[in-house]
Amino acid sequence: METLTGPVMFLPIDNIDTDRIIPARFLITTKIKGLGRHFFNDWTHGSNASENAKILVAGHNFGCGSSREHAVWALADYGIEAVVSTKFADIFHANALRNRLVPVVIQPEDHERLVAALEADPASIVTIDYGALRLTCGFIDLPFTAAISEIGTEESETPGGEELEILLGQSRLIDDHEAARKARVNTLGGR
Amino acid sequence: MSQAGKTLFDTIWNDHRVNDAPAPDGDPDTLYIDLHLIHEVTSPQAFSILRDRGMKLRHPNQTMATMDHSTPSTPPRPDGTYVIENPDAEIQLAALESNCSEFGVPLYPLGHENQGIVHVTAPELGLVQPGMTIVCGDSHTSTHGAFGALAFGIGTSQVAHVFATQCLLAKRPKTFEIRIDGTLQSGVSAKDVILSVISRIGTEAGTGHVFEYTGSAIRAMSMEERMTVTNMSIEGGATAGLIQPDEVTFDYLQGRDFAPQGQDFDEAVADWRRRFQPADGVYDRCVSFNADEMEPMITYGTNPGMGMPVRDTVPDPADLENKSDRLSFQRALDYMRVEPGKPLLGHPVDVVFVGSCTNSRLSDLRDAAGLMDGRKVNDGVRMLVVPGSRKVKAAAELEGLDQIFLRAGAEWREPGCSMCLAMNGDKIEPGQLSVSTSNRNFEGRQGKRGRTVLASPLTAAACAVTGVITDVREMM
Repeated sequence: METLTGPVMFLPIDNIDTDRIIPARFLITTKIKGLGRHFFNDWTHGSNASENAKILVAGHNFGCGSSREHAVWALADYGIEAVVSTKFADIFHANALRNRLVPVVIQPEDHERLVAALEADPASIVTIDYGALRLTCGFIDLPFTAAISEIGTEESETPGGEELEILLGQSRLIDDHEAARKARVNTLGGR
Repeated sequence: MSQAGKTLFDTIWNDHRVNDAPAPDGDPDTLYIDLHLIHEVTSPQAFSILRDRGMKLRHPNQTMATMDHSTPSTPPRPDGTYVIENPDAEIQLAALESNCSEFGVPLYPLGHENQGIVHVTAPELGLVQPGMTIVCGDSHTSTHGAFGALAFGIGTSQVAHVFATQCLLAKRPKTFEIRIDGTLQSGVSAKDVILSVISRIGTEAGTGHVFEYTGSAIRAMSMEERMTVTNMSIEGGATAGLIQPDEVTFDYLQGRDFAPQGQDFDEAVADWRRRFQPADGVYDRCVSFNADEMEPMITYGTNPGMGMPVRDTVPDPADLENKSDRLSFQRALDYMRVEPGKPLLGHPVDVVFVGSCTNSRLSDLRDAAGLMDGRKVNDGVRMLVVPGSRKVKAAAELEGLDQIFLRAGAEWREPGCSMCLAMNGDKIEPGQLSVSTSNRNFEGRQGKRGRTVLASPLTAAACAVTGVITDVREMM
């Protein structure tokens, strides 16, 4: 993961929620793949989506609402690899990292400049340099933050696979913790 | 560690942290999970992850499954089976059944007396208790914070983590006190309280935080009212919202199926009282509200933060400083087809929905039925009443609430999430305006191009009768 460059999908609207990313009626599935075709299914505001865009430039508080990981799966299945915003909702942010979708956070004043540039020319090329933590678009060159270290490696096919390995590696600790708290835990067994 | 200098959240987090020393700043702790709730929508891929790796559930008996999101709200056939029109929904429901059977997870399927919206069912069974950690692949898991439990929504990959290890990795959030003192006026309910809070602080204020609701107005609430408040914590950006357990909590729990019984219950209460004393800790942020000043609330926009007292006029985007805020705000008003500077009172209503994990418990149905009694649903309005669980439905029918709704011309339906998120075919048509007791007024949430106004059960019932947005206080 060095740099990502190309035209963008441009939706500079605040509070884009998980129902807009993928409406609930498309969650009637038991699979991870294939959700991209319902991505922004009911979008009503038009967009400047370039063909093959891998970067989505969105407004403030992206991914608010539901915990559905399907929102991230839909973005990824559609081909989006990074979302640029000024702020992400907590659960979406965590879900994104587990699926190698990079939440790129820029400052509000930088966001305004980027939006102005993309409004002037929606076909502008954006480059995200993960090493330098810089985002460029024409003459604009901005710093960003992203939880790069928390993003899974390409080897892991399973969403959240790295975390699962870490937790499995702590089984002794978990055993000890359980032994100490056993008396308090109420279970559904035997009823 | 002593109790001194800790909030309720601190006590629960520290009690469930598996790693001995707290993780360094920015790193996650390993958090032990007492209770894992699952439903048909966000669990199948997690079961697949387990199956692919040949793993089992660490504690199937600390897991509870039910069906709620894609279930029909129409009555069963005479033989007790259900008409599921969408074949994909049938596959998804069957997958939950076979997964639970394969992995040994207790399941309350369609038709079972314990079936219902997971956030209604788990508390009424007494599964939700003070001091617990509770997760579910569902953001309204925050509901269970009403019992003084740390409860939050997780993604499906984390559902797999909890299946396999009964733990998850989580960064310690900050704390945010929402203090509400005073007395609610007649016609103002718990839903109006949380809509007032979110419309003041906004939908993202709680990001990175857990809320703790304090103050005399919260203490005066029943458990069902408290659940309405904590349910919508996520709409303020916080993944969890807690309320200190007290006598109201303990009274609610006594005698419930999975609560400790007899002497065990007395011991549990003594333990809860000792461990969860009123917090003397310091919150990272605080906001205070006066309950006396609160009014019945409605939303006018496309997120739950766009709310106002029912008699107010729609705010003007021109008053916003930031250009991007102005544009987003104007788009929301355009979508809702409402005009700045004008009231919503008198605005025609097409559909009224009473239901969802926010407002589908017995007291919510009593509120709505109390107002509907002897009145009729206005011509041209469709009103759906969807109890939150089979137990709620049975209790309401015992009181005759179903007859009040049916006589008024409303639909009395089977329990589930229904029109809150329109997954099961219960939806509004393009352009229709719904007054809904649910939690999200997002674009298209209740049906493509549908427009949602969030309100309390009282306000929703009033709007059903008049056919327009109404101040319920004029009808009481």
